[in-house]
Amino acid sequence: MNATLELTGLGPLYDALRRAGYTVIGPTVRDEAIVLAELDSIDRLPYGWGVRLSPGGYRLRRRDDGAAFAHAAGPQSWKPFLHRSRVKLWEATRTEDGFEVKDQPPAPGRLALLGVRPCDLRAIAIQDRVLTGGRHTDPSYAARRDGAFIIAVNCTEPGETCFCASMGTGPQAGPGYDLALTELTGEDGPRYVVDVGTDAGALVLDDIGAATADPGDVERARAEVTAAADRMGREMPALSLRDLMADSLDAARWDDVAERCLSCGNCTMVCPTCFCTRVTDTTDLSGDHAERWQLWDSCFDPDFSHLHGGDVRASAKSRYRQWLTHKLGTWHDQFGSSGCVGCGRCIVWCPVGIDLTVEVAALRDEAAEAAEAAEAADQSTG
Amino acid sequence: MTSQMARQVTPQGSPMAPVPYRVTRSRAETADTVTLTLEPVAAAIPEPAPGQFTMMYAFGVGEVPISVSRTGPVLEQTVRAVGAVTRAVCGTRPGQVLGLRGPFGTGWELDSARGRDLVIAAGGIGLAPLRPVVLRALADRDAFGRIAVLIGVRTPDDLLFTGELDEWRARGAQVEVTADRPAPGWTGHVGLITSLAGAADVDPARAVAFVCGPEVMMRVTAEAFIGLGTPAADVRLSLERNMRCGLGWCGHCQLGPLLICRDGPVVPYERAVPLMTVREL
Repeated sequence: MNATLELTGLGPLYDALRRAGYTVIGPTVRDEAIVLAELDSIDRLPYGWGVRLSPGGYRLRRRDDGAAFAHAAGPQSWKPFLHRSRVKLWEATRTEDGFEVKDQPPAPGRLALLGVRPCDLRAIAIQDRVLTGGRHTDPSYAARRDGAFIIAVNCTEPGETCFCASMGTGPQAGPGYDLALTELTGEDGPRYVVDVGTDAGALVLDDIGAATADPGDVERARAEVTAAADRMGREMPALSLRDLMADSLDAARWDDVAERCLSCGNCTMVCPTCFCTRVTDTTDLSGDHAERWQLWDSCFDPDFSHLHGGDVRASAKSRYRQWLTHKLGTWHDQFGSSGCVGCGRCIVWCPVGIDLTVEVAALRDEAAEAAEAAEAADQSTG
Repeated sequence: MTSQMARQVTPQGSPMAPVPYRVTRSRAETADTVTLTLEPVAAAIPEPAPGQFTMMYAFGVGEVPISVSRTGPVLEQTVRAVGAVTRAVCGTRPGQVLGLRGPFGTGWELDSARGRDLVIAAGGIGLAPLRPVVLRALADRDAFGRIAVLIGVRTPDDLLFTGELDEWRARGAQVEVTADRPAPGWTGHVGLITSLAGAADVDPARAVAFVCGPEVMMRVTAEAFIGLGTPAADVRLSLERNMRCGLGWCGHCQLGPLLICRDGPVVPYERAVPLMTVREL
């Protein structure tokens, strides 16, 4: 299982996955973005495309090296394929003296996720913990997750808004993949060093007869991933974010963010770990047939926290604070890790370009100033 | 009234699927609050512990988290009509069927208070989740020291379980009621529930306090008993937040680090109070 192999192209891998019954999902160019979609051919990969990222900005750009995976995170994560945005949970029919509930069996998926970046691989592990690691398991998520075959791609091309290195989630893929690719470009087009993570991954490679990797290529692949860590466009301040968030609930900075935040919820939709859902019950016009659906929800919706007395988080300020302190702070308390993987999507897809690394730095500076002021006050009174 | 049918375990299925329960009795507590007695149509949910809640489903209308107001062989839930779903639940007549999921959340853990005095302090509808504590403590009266039940209501008409308070007294509990706004004919206490704290015939230093009501009421009541000598570590509160799943997945019931459906609703005072004092958390 520790063998390192090499592929000169991904066609045979794609064909083997299809033969094994997988629907292959991967990056492809659509609507001027690199989106994740079902690939009906390996040629749909975004060969020769890169991206240019900024707060509130996303543009494709041409690359001359023909690389398929030299682009940072796109607008989607893998979340829509595993934790679907709309899931029918059950339907019920009125009976003579009550009602009868018919469970909706979870739709099993047999998806091969091709090109999972290390940040997103960690995000999948985080959603696993939330949706299947507690006392209750989300049947829909579990069914799709159980059937997923993951081909990670070590990152050699971080974007301007990326900060996985400072979150400890990349650019080298952590555990959880069946296969992990590192893309090397050259005059003959891209080739791939392949690390095997599971028996299932080894079986697929056996099927296509992958060759043992050239030692020089392995060395170059490792070096390029290592070098990528130094080319991150952003950095999360290095301190205990959990403590900073817990100590910053009354910070003035939240008012500053609230001046800019539109409360649109884009950050929660593009975030690969945001998991919140609402449950909606509906009936047909006869009133005899009811359905329950689970839909993605966002903590930026005022109704999200509604109680009979009103909305608990009525202000935009409190909703942004909830999102950030949950993501970076209380996620640890609830699920044993940070909820942020450093993919940078929330920065790119924020219509006003709010950058959480900047907000965290501001909260850090505010806390430091408050501590200094308190110390000075102590000395003058002491 | 009680079904002698053996309890079955909930059939394996989606934890989101409501289990049908028939309403066998509906008792109006106040103008807007009803206590429903519920029996499983077929399979039952596991028996709730005092303090836990269920998600109650009115067919075709929706689902709401409601605390259990009687545990044991007879299951009761007390519901106040404040919205579309709670109105439909309150309007369910005997013979009709509701759905239940659960039970969910932490309980009051009355057993950990054996040998101690008990302070049970309720504000308004907050008495509903505390009633199982009262009933269980009275059923095992010798296991506890003195028991004080303090009830604060906005007006005398808002008092729940009026038919059984004398029975609680007869079985060995001190029951005191105070109304914020008295009505003609009211001869009881007038004032906030904190005005009853000194009247509780317990040794505060060896008491365990169980408090449920509006958040402000819980804070001031807890502070009053802590002021009288009750260890802060022995004060427990029951919190409320928006809930959609009860299962820890939907994210709606967060209060800082807590998921109230999983880590609550019953939370130690010392854990709850730093969170309750942050506005809009």
